[in-house]
Amino acid sequence: MNNNDSFEAVIGLEVHSQLLTKTKMFCPCPNVFGMEPNTAVCPVCLALPGALPVINFEGVKLAVKAALALNIDINRKSLFARKNYFYPDLPKGYQISQYLDPVSSNGYLNIQTGGGEKKIRINRLHIEEDAGKLIHIGNQSYVDLNRAGTPLVEIVSEPDINSASEAAAYLKALRETLVYLGVSDGNMEEGSFRCDANVSVRRKGDPRLGTRAEVKNVNSFKFVEKAIEYEIERQIDVVLSGGKVIQETRLYDSKENITRPMRGKEDAHDYRYFEEPDLPPLILSEEFISEVKNSLTELPAVKRGRYVSEYKLTEYDAEVLTQDKDIAHYFEDLIKENGGRVGIKKLANWIINELLSELKAREGEGRSPIKAQDFLELITAVESGSINRNTGKTVLAEMLSSRKKAGEVIKEKNLAQVSDDKGIEEIIKQAIDENRKEFADLISGKDKLFGFFVGEAMKKTKGKANPKKVNEILQKNIENYKSGRS
Amino acid sequence: MDDLCRLTIGELAGLLTRREVKSIDILNSYIKRIKETDPKVSAYLYNDFEEAVRNAEAADKIIASGGGFPPLTGIPLSIKDIFLIKGKKTTCASKILDNFISPYDSTVVKKLKENHYVFLGKTNLDEFAMGSSTENSAYKITKNPYDLNRVPGGSSGGSAASVAADLCAGSFGTDTGGSVRQPAALCGVVGLKPTYGLISRYGIIAFSSSLDQAGVLSKDVTDAAIMLGAVAGFDEKDQTTRRFEVKDYAGIVKKADKSLMKGLRVGIPVEFFSEGLDPEIGSKISEIKALLKELGADIVGISLPDTKYSVAAYYIIATSEASSNLERYDGIRYGYRYKEESGNEMQSLDGLYRKSRETGFGNEVKRRIILGTFALSAGYYDAYYKKASSVRKLIVKNYKDAFGKVDVIIGPTSPTPAFLIGEKTADPLSMYLSDIYTISVNLAYLPGLSMPVGTVKNPSKQNGVLPVGLQIISPWAAEDRLLSVAKIIEDEVKFRENAGFRKLDI
Repeated sequence: MNNNDSFEAVIGLEVHSQLLTKTKMFCPCPNVFGMEPNTAVCPVCLALPGALPVINFEGVKLAVKAALALNIDINRKSLFARKNYFYPDLPKGYQISQYLDPVSSNGYLNIQTGGGEKKIRINRLHIEEDAGKLIHIGNQSYVDLNRAGTPLVEIVSEPDINSASEAAAYLKALRETLVYLGVSDGNMEEGSFRCDANVSVRRKGDPRLGTRAEVKNVNSFKFVEKAIEYEIERQIDVVLSGGKVIQETRLYDSKENITRPMRGKEDAHDYRYFEEPDLPPLILSEEFISEVKNSLTELPAVKRGRYVSEYKLTEYDAEVLTQDKDIAHYFEDLIKENGGRVGIKKLANWIINELLSELKAREGEGRSPIKAQDFLELITAVESGSINRNTGKTVLAEMLSSRKKAGEVIKEKNLAQVSDDKGIEEIIKQAIDENRKEFADLISGKDKLFGFFVGEAMKKTKGKANPKKVNEILQKNIENYKSGRS
Repeated sequence: MDDLCRLTIGELAGLLTRREVKSIDILNSYIKRIKETDPKVSAYLYNDFEEAVRNAEAADKIIASGGGFPPLTGIPLSIKDIFLIKGKKTTCASKILDNFISPYDSTVVKKLKENHYVFLGKTNLDEFAMGSSTENSAYKITKNPYDLNRVPGGSSGGSAASVAADLCAGSFGTDTGGSVRQPAALCGVVGLKPTYGLISRYGIIAFSSSLDQAGVLSKDVTDAAIMLGAVAGFDEKDQTTRRFEVKDYAGIVKKADKSLMKGLRVGIPVEFFSEGLDPEIGSKISEIKALLKELGADIVGISLPDTKYSVAAYYIIATSEASSNLERYDGIRYGYRYKEESGNEMQSLDGLYRKSRETGFGNEVKRRIILGTFALSAGYYDAYYKKASSVRKLIVKNYKDAFGKVDVIIGPTSPTPAFLIGEKTADPLSMYLSDIYTISVNLAYLPGLSMPVGTVKNPSKQNGVLPVGLQIISPWAAEDRLLSVAKIIEDEVKFRENAGFRKLDI
């Protein structure tokens, strides 16, 4: 494997992502997952004789949104095309896609690599429709056409990716972007976000590209990296053993972690692309594009930058808060609700240190069940001193499980902090009376015992005493004793 | 009452409006005529008289309730078996759709139902509308009512024959390269193919999507205008329909007056009088030319230089689109599926596809699928499909230039009158040339109309005649002008009123 260092991998990714439209791309059937087989169908997606497609502009909007976010030029005029092939999950015998003039071309996405930021160029993003699904049971095959005609975008990168980890980083950044925009749910396991990888290897410094193999069936993030790693190794081995990589399509087998040949170049389909005569060219007006532009949500990378510069958060905190769109929105809601009373850094800490770890402990709770407004009530209670920080954590846990508001929990469990001087004075007096000897030692210079008395006071109040006050009043008592006034 | 079937839609609508007859009377006249005559003509693939009676009774109720009703109310019509009608068999004259019952209505039929029409039955056609003689039907051969040994033309041959033989008041067909106009010419009826995009294609079985357009076959020009008005217009289910202004075609035609001919520039394209044209047809068209001149029109010689490539370009574009449009007939979801001789299902997917399509499609359909598949193949696309599309653009421009100089264009619809059954089946190319004058109109997305303007002698039948069709072409979306000019010519020629012209073989 030492020789591997003299090789370089060249990788291009083709990503298919389903669009979160209400209806299918070319008919009014619902675009949903998990319905009874063949219930979300109509003459158009069943390819009955005489049925005609109608462009779903919601799908176009989402595709344009994604393209804008990926810095891809929007083509004012694009064409739909037919990609012809026979398969039982493809009722028309052709897929409506875009070929010669896609809706957008020439973009890029920046990714984080070990060597810093890297720009991956994107060749094109185009709109197409998905096929149905085949379900094999025993030696019978069944066709479910609920998915047939649901909208997809295909995003094709240039071969700018040079390792499996870069491929994973690109995919992660792409997915994050699409999910953030509400364009895709990014679910690889359910197949709504899929990836094919074109992989080739060449000796470092060689300007020519090696012969590529297309690796299909990479249906989870974990496997993308593994499949590509395997394929790179395999191709290097072929070259080192004097062989030649052949142009072919290979299937990834996740159980054995290998890729297997599926079909060679000579078996490659001739898709006989031609312009879809049932649909006019897709013309996008400047108004439409600027409307979509205005509806773009702030992307994670931009958000991170803003959190650091505007809110003075650390890179790490900004990263944690923007990883999930819901969390970022929650944080921003919190800031809005707060209106400047509690410091933003503190709000961030409450989410990162308390809320997220509580949610993590409760598996399956991805988003906060507590309204930002209610969470802020709790934060304010702690920060203003009406309960202490530890009590605050208890209250949060209670809020998450009972869905009660902070005020209710504090009241019901009588958790309000004892902060009034008189009350605390009395408790400290009690503690001193009960521990005369220790107090004498404290006075005579055994400073360690200060903590002992604070502890006693907290014990007596079941932790509700305001620690700051306890410190102050105990200190005052010591001073008073020393000056002989007591 | 027996003669009701011989009247035009305009005449029948008048009788209904004046409450002089009932729709059911009209229907009974047609049922009688069909029972007597259609066994000889074979225009229909099937009739549905039960449905027809229900439709007629419903129409009579609407008429009896007083107030206005749309012009096709209570009028018995036939429909080419390429339009889907909910709950009715639609085969496109193909074995591959042998058992196909449509679960939805085409937009045209939906509109006809809203007009309270009476559905008489489905008419025969060339399988998937591929042909010019209706001989390519998987089910039967339709005969020309003027000579039962001759073809009615195609692909809407059943529709044209049903109108010519008074087996319906009017018929809806489709025209991809001449499939309404050419059979109309051969059967002596009016055939109108409107501008591409004026009538919705939703629910019409697709042959060539960029060329297909529904059209009407009628007894006279007024009826064509009435029928067009009933079904024209934008449809959100067909994105190739346009938001044209749907005009009151029938009203416009009614007002058409000879004075309109004064100064009208009528173009005569030199290419439409080429060597393949039957000289007798040529002289009939010359008579019309002289007539128009007499009425004050300016006759202008023009050239459409690139239309000589029409047939070649058409057979690449139409077959390419067809090869893709017909992929859905795969034996998987509906229609015909091949079974092994034992009656068992095929065991391999590939075998199921191959056998179902091999035994389900007829020869002409297979020929065109193969042609189109070849034309779109990698390495050939540029030489064929792309080049044909460029030729199409040139033809569009030819017409645009011509319509800068003239208001309408006239010429023959078909180079020959109706030919004998079997005459051209062995030579597809000579069959393809039947549409030599009509094809360029589809390529240019323009409206075209064929109307009978006289007859020529039938060489194989003593005292027999065969109709001659005049084709009129107008600029894009100018159906009003097209129909008006046709109406003025009709009033002069009086084809229907002339017993010497109307000499049917039945």
